[in-house]
Amino acid sequence: MSPRTSRTAPDSRRPRSQPRVVATRDAAGHLDVDALIADRSIHIVVCCGSGGVGKTTTSAALAMRAADAGRKVCVLTIDPARRLAQSMGLTELDNTPRAVAGAGADGGSLDAMMLDMKRTFDEVVEAHASPEKAEQILANPFYQALSSSFAGTQEYMAMEKLGQLHAQGDWDLIIVDTPPSRSALDFLDAPERLSSMLDGRFIKLLLAPAKGPARLLSAGFGLVTGAINKVLGAQVLSDVQTFVAAFDTLFGGFRQRAESTYALLQAQGTAFLVVAAPEPAAMREASYFVERLAGDAMPLAGLVVNRVHDDVTTTIDLDDARAVARRLRGGTGVDAQTAELLDVHAERLATAAREQRERDGFARSHPGVPQVPVTALSTDVHDLEGLRRIGDLLGR
Amino acid sequence: MSSTALHVVTGKGGTGKTTVAVALALALAGRGQRVLVCEVEGRQGIAQLLDVAPLPYEERRVASGLGGGEVFALAIDAESALLEYLEMFYRLGRAGKALDKFGVIDFATTIAPGVRDVLLTGKVYEIARRRGEKRDTGPQYDAIVIDAPPTGRIRQFLNVSTEVAGLAKVGPIRRQADSITAMMRSDATRVHLVTVLEEMPVQETLDGIADLAAADLPVGHVIVNLVRGALLSDATASAITGGGLTPKAVAKALAAAGLDGSAATALLDEGRGHLERQELQQSQRELLEDSPATTTELPLLDDIGIGGLMELAELLRDGGVA
Repeated sequence: MSPRTSRTAPDSRRPRSQPRVVATRDAAGHLDVDALIADRSIHIVVCCGSGGVGKTTTSAALAMRAADAGRKVCVLTIDPARRLAQSMGLTELDNTPRAVAGAGADGGSLDAMMLDMKRTFDEVVEAHASPEKAEQILANPFYQALSSSFAGTQEYMAMEKLGQLHAQGDWDLIIVDTPPSRSALDFLDAPERLSSMLDGRFIKLLLAPAKGPARLLSAGFGLVTGAINKVLGAQVLSDVQTFVAAFDTLFGGFRQRAESTYALLQAQGTAFLVVAAPEPAAMREASYFVERLAGDAMPLAGLVVNRVHDDVTTTIDLDDARAVARRLRGGTGVDAQTAELLDVHAERLATAAREQRERDGFARSHPGVPQVPVTALSTDVHDLEGLRRIGDLLGR
Repeated sequence: MSSTALHVVTGKGGTGKTTVAVALALALAGRGQRVLVCEVEGRQGIAQLLDVAPLPYEERRVASGLGGGEVFALAIDAESALLEYLEMFYRLGRAGKALDKFGVIDFATTIAPGVRDVLLTGKVYEIARRRGEKRDTGPQYDAIVIDAPPTGRIRQFLNVSTEVAGLAKVGPIRRQADSITAMMRSDATRVHLVTVLEEMPVQETLDGIADLAAADLPVGHVIVNLVRGALLSDATASAITGGGLTPKAVAKALAAAGLDGSAATALLDEGRGHLERQELQQSQRELLEDSPATTTELPLLDDIGIGGLMELAELLRDGGVA
């Protein structure tokens, strides 16, 4: 089967290889985020995880903290929430890193950008094809659909942009957010997929009419084009053919870049952070990401567990809180009110215990992967101070 | 009832879409209906939730005996859907296999824009139009619940005819996409948005409602999930904020009950934190109340077992979602 299998198959089908953990843990198995950003040999940090776990916030807070620690940082965000974008002064999607005023200390600085996937794709085409060919490609209906709505384009273009930013050499640390989907790591398959497509018979078949001699074609050709025409309509096939013919010269470059991005991600100097929230579905997805990264021998720094309710401070345990609340509830005045306070306390303890179980479960099935919990804040991030607060929690 | 009702469940990641989709299926089955719940993202979330083996590309009964109703589940994947589609409509046989060998299946389901969504929703369309075993028994399912992609992608997912417009102007794929879009826009369909009472998810929900309406897609209920109940009475709340309830008094009550009195200050802080979170929930709730969609709230449960799902199902019935 193709490498695509790993995305759709349940976790169990991929052999569980040992994650390649970069050295960022202390003796207690705690993820040391400050050591990670202080490590000048690390130049790329990729944050991945399922949707709704605060991945973009983590990326931005980490970037902010690294800038404040003296590094020249660029953070590449994908579809950030409006207020988070505003907090970094990002008001438009212009695909160019902009300096974030008020960020950075000790010679450090922070630039931030939002990915415009269509523009990134267009720029690749313009940079690598002759002007006439570029024009032809940009006008092709198939290309237009591919560059603006294909579900995987965002993932590929994020990596394309990462490659560009890295090659530009203006920053010593680039932090990349990834799209909020399970397919966020599909770009890892890009070199293999592009290769199998380029060397595949389908492309040859599509190019064949343009290239001539019918004797190149196997007996299956008529069967296949017949089927495609029947299902998609002849116009689609000709659009795709025109696109592939125009794109032909670009494909090689795409493959080459995908291969070098893959190598870059796998190399010393890159670290992946998996981001999760302490509930079953998100932790399951985190396991999936950790195993996916291990399968590709990608360097993993560890797991960031966001929105943890671990700031319970008193010495009263859950059983006592519940028992005494029950006893005091019937009382009057202060007793009844204390019972309610104990209810609040008991709920917090129960939540903390449930979250701890999730984290322990992950630790047991992924020994050696360090974690850092980030305590839940009551409000979303609105400004740079908010990002710094998250950064403090990350670095504790 | 002559057509299959379609409930599309979307929402921001992490809000509990799958849980709500399954609870909704159970709620409908509780009304004696035959229900299919499907997932389309290869996560196997339904199987995990119901604690059954991973779902294949085949409808499986997962619950019955609920007021005469039944729940079936199905995991739809684009590759299987395409091969099945080719077989069903074109009887391709050998050509179907040749397509696979030539990498066309791969190409169509991963590279060709929009085709993936047409295949996933196309499978739902096919099931919705199926008749029961006896010719005059009406549709095979009374309702289909889809655990759909997140809010950010839902419009694309349902509005497939627009999505493939650039790809196919005529031909069977285009016709198929148009029929699917017509079904999604019909009276039989409701798109429910799951959210939690936090800023980002609520904002995304409000944007989603506007987005769906702009695409002529029928908005159903807003389902507010994971709601934390108020644990402090109004009187206690004002005693805490007004300073009427002092650490000293709480310490005394704790000590009298045999607990550590020095915990009093921390307990009061936790109480204030609780009130702050309740206020935040309330302000988000008010934002949702201004939207045109009806809101139904579901509580945060300690443990989502089958009992918890049944509890949520009942609330969805009470709220008029099912």
